[in-house]
Amino acid sequence: MNIHEYQAKQLLKQHGVAVPSGEPCKTVAEAKAAAEKLFAAGHTLAVIKSQIHAGGRGKGTFKHGFKGGVKLAKSVDEAVNFAENMLGKTLVTVQTGPEGRVVQTILVAAAEKILKEYYLAVLLDRANSRPLIMASTEGGVDIEEVAAHSPEKIIKEWVDPAVGIQPYQARKIASGLGLKGDAFNGAVKLIMGVYKTWWECDASMVEINPLAVVETPAGKEAIICVDAKIGLDDNALYRHADILAMRDLAEESPLEIEASKFALNYIKLDGSIACLVNGAGLAMSTMDIIQHFGGMPANFLDVGGGASKDQVSAAFKIILSDPNVKAIFVNIFGGIMDCNVIATGIVEAVRETGLKLPLVVRLEGNNVAAGKATLASSGLTIISGDTMADAAKKVVAAVAA
Amino acid sequence: MSILVTPQTRLLVQGITGAFGARHAQLSIDYGTQVVAGVTPGKGGQIFEHRGVKVPIFDTVAEAVRETKATASAVFVPPPFAADAILEGVDAQLDLVVAITEGIPVNDMIKVKRAMQGRSTRLIGPNCPGIVTPGEGKDSHGGCRIGIAPGYIHKRGHIGVVSRSGTLTYEAVYQLTSRGVGQSTCVGIGGDPVNGTSHLDVIQLFMADPDTHGIIMIGEIGGSAEEEAAEWIKAHGTKPVAGFIAGATAPPGRRMGHAGAIVSGGKGTAQAKFDAFRAAGIGVAATPSEMADTLLKMM
Repeated sequence: MNIHEYQAKQLLKQHGVAVPSGEPCKTVAEAKAAAEKLFAAGHTLAVIKSQIHAGGRGKGTFKHGFKGGVKLAKSVDEAVNFAENMLGKTLVTVQTGPEGRVVQTILVAAAEKILKEYYLAVLLDRANSRPLIMASTEGGVDIEEVAAHSPEKIIKEWVDPAVGIQPYQARKIASGLGLKGDAFNGAVKLIMGVYKTWWECDASMVEINPLAVVETPAGKEAIICVDAKIGLDDNALYRHADILAMRDLAEESPLEIEASKFALNYIKLDGSIACLVNGAGLAMSTMDIIQHFGGMPANFLDVGGGASKDQVSAAFKIILSDPNVKAIFVNIFGGIMDCNVIATGIVEAVRETGLKLPLVVRLEGNNVAAGKATLASSGLTIISGDTMADAAKKVVAAVAA
Repeated sequence: MSILVTPQTRLLVQGITGAFGARHAQLSIDYGTQVVAGVTPGKGGQIFEHRGVKVPIFDTVAEAVRETKATASAVFVPPPFAADAILEGVDAQLDLVVAITEGIPVNDMIKVKRAMQGRSTRLIGPNCPGIVTPGEGKDSHGGCRIGIAPGYIHKRGHIGVVSRSGTLTYEAVYQLTSRGVGQSTCVGIGGDPVNGTSHLDVIQLFMADPDTHGIIMIGEIGGSAEEEAAEWIKAHGTKPVAGFIAGATAPPGRRMGHAGAIVSGGKGTAQAKFDAFRAAGIGVAATPSEMADTLLKMM
């Protein structure tokens, strides 16, 4: 699960991490009040940030022509003008696709005077199954670029999960970033807090980019998280009711939400051949083999190892509600699962939905003869494939026809 | 011979009274596997009975091991309790713990993996189909089946299969068996980002097993475990290996069903893994339909 920047900053703040003062606002009136509060507190600049789950907000353009999903305001009036141009409007960025996302919340926050930008992230290092803290003096830019071109500029510190992060590790990182004085001390506390956020929230990633040394209104140096991104481990959400409450369904695909209600794993793609498969590996391979023979998959869909008739029926309805779908490829290896149960589910689903599109079915495994007989005696036009390759060729041909 | 388990392996099932654990304990008994104990806290003293086989249930793994000499365990415990169940098996000094459970929080597994350092137990999984060493009987009956794989698709023979995915393992096994080629052992290592046993671990076991003559290695996008295995094979491989990587067409940044199947930050792409395979002399199946044929051509 992903959350918004303002929510990520709330979690960080709860773990003692310094973030700019600010508030999420859903209306222009709220934005005005938040901006007034910031200017009254002595800040001279406020940043108004569109809250959507996609990146590239600053360089994005709203569909009504307004440029920039992140803007700096020098006055309350300016902040109000930006709020009016963002709230309820559709923002298109490099990551949203041409349809864009409606901005329902903006973050109105203090824009501190940035002296230097850094990068900080915590993630799992899969190579040794340990938490990894990554930091760099190259902040505010694409860290993958830094990793590719100047890997020496990335500091890595692994945490022993038996004891958790130790303060000396945070000091090593702060020193490696070249920080001194107040910024050094602030960074140590901040790094500890960012790590604790990652661990205690069961995050899959916490990324602070940029992390920045700023000049406070009092003229001192401080280090704060200017932007923050947190991804959560879905498997651990059961023990974080507060984080689960942050889920924003408006940011998720309606079809994917519908699929999750039936414990189906569905991801919409751009092609024309819908797939219905059991098992994640086989589902990925089915997409691959479709493309190998010249077709394009319309989705990833894993019905799981013990799919019921109801799930098969729900899966059909979901893949058929994608208007790009021109044919369906069912690929089932029923190891323990009874192929006849799947076949019965397919026949029922085809009747219920009045399916007119070509349907190619490849069934293999437990009780496969009965399953094939059920399909054959249904009176429906179902193209049968003997192997994955045979079925994939047939479904690609059906779309081309 | 085989790796990890033999038809003599004495299996205990953690979570034997749950619907999922019970069903697969029954199927393992049907397959001829020595299911010698069950563990469900609070149900110690009860008996799990299937087709005349009476399996005693214990409250703790330690007690089950002491009473039955079980050496391997299958974990069917729900995700919130699975890490504890795995560590209970480690504490009881089992040779092997196979965690079938899907959906264990990553941080739980990070802790488990750390706690297992220096311990003698090997963990397979989690989120895996388990292990099968086929038997000599009809439909490979009499073998050791730990987990949820369909036993009947196997055949006793000399090909080792290792994979992150369940159904894709079955696909490879079925392709082999339907061509009359049997398997020494088939290992599903699981689709999670933190797992107990890697591709490389299993490949090393297969290379050292005189009964294994060729290997099918199936990977997925995400992580770099396949590359590490390929690197080792390039330097030390002594037997033909063929492989496939699932997810070449998956969009980056999206988790494809398995928690570990994700391309992020340009890492873990299918292309990088296929390149590593080719560089190591591993036969690359152009499609998942050709996994068995690709290996058989090399032998």
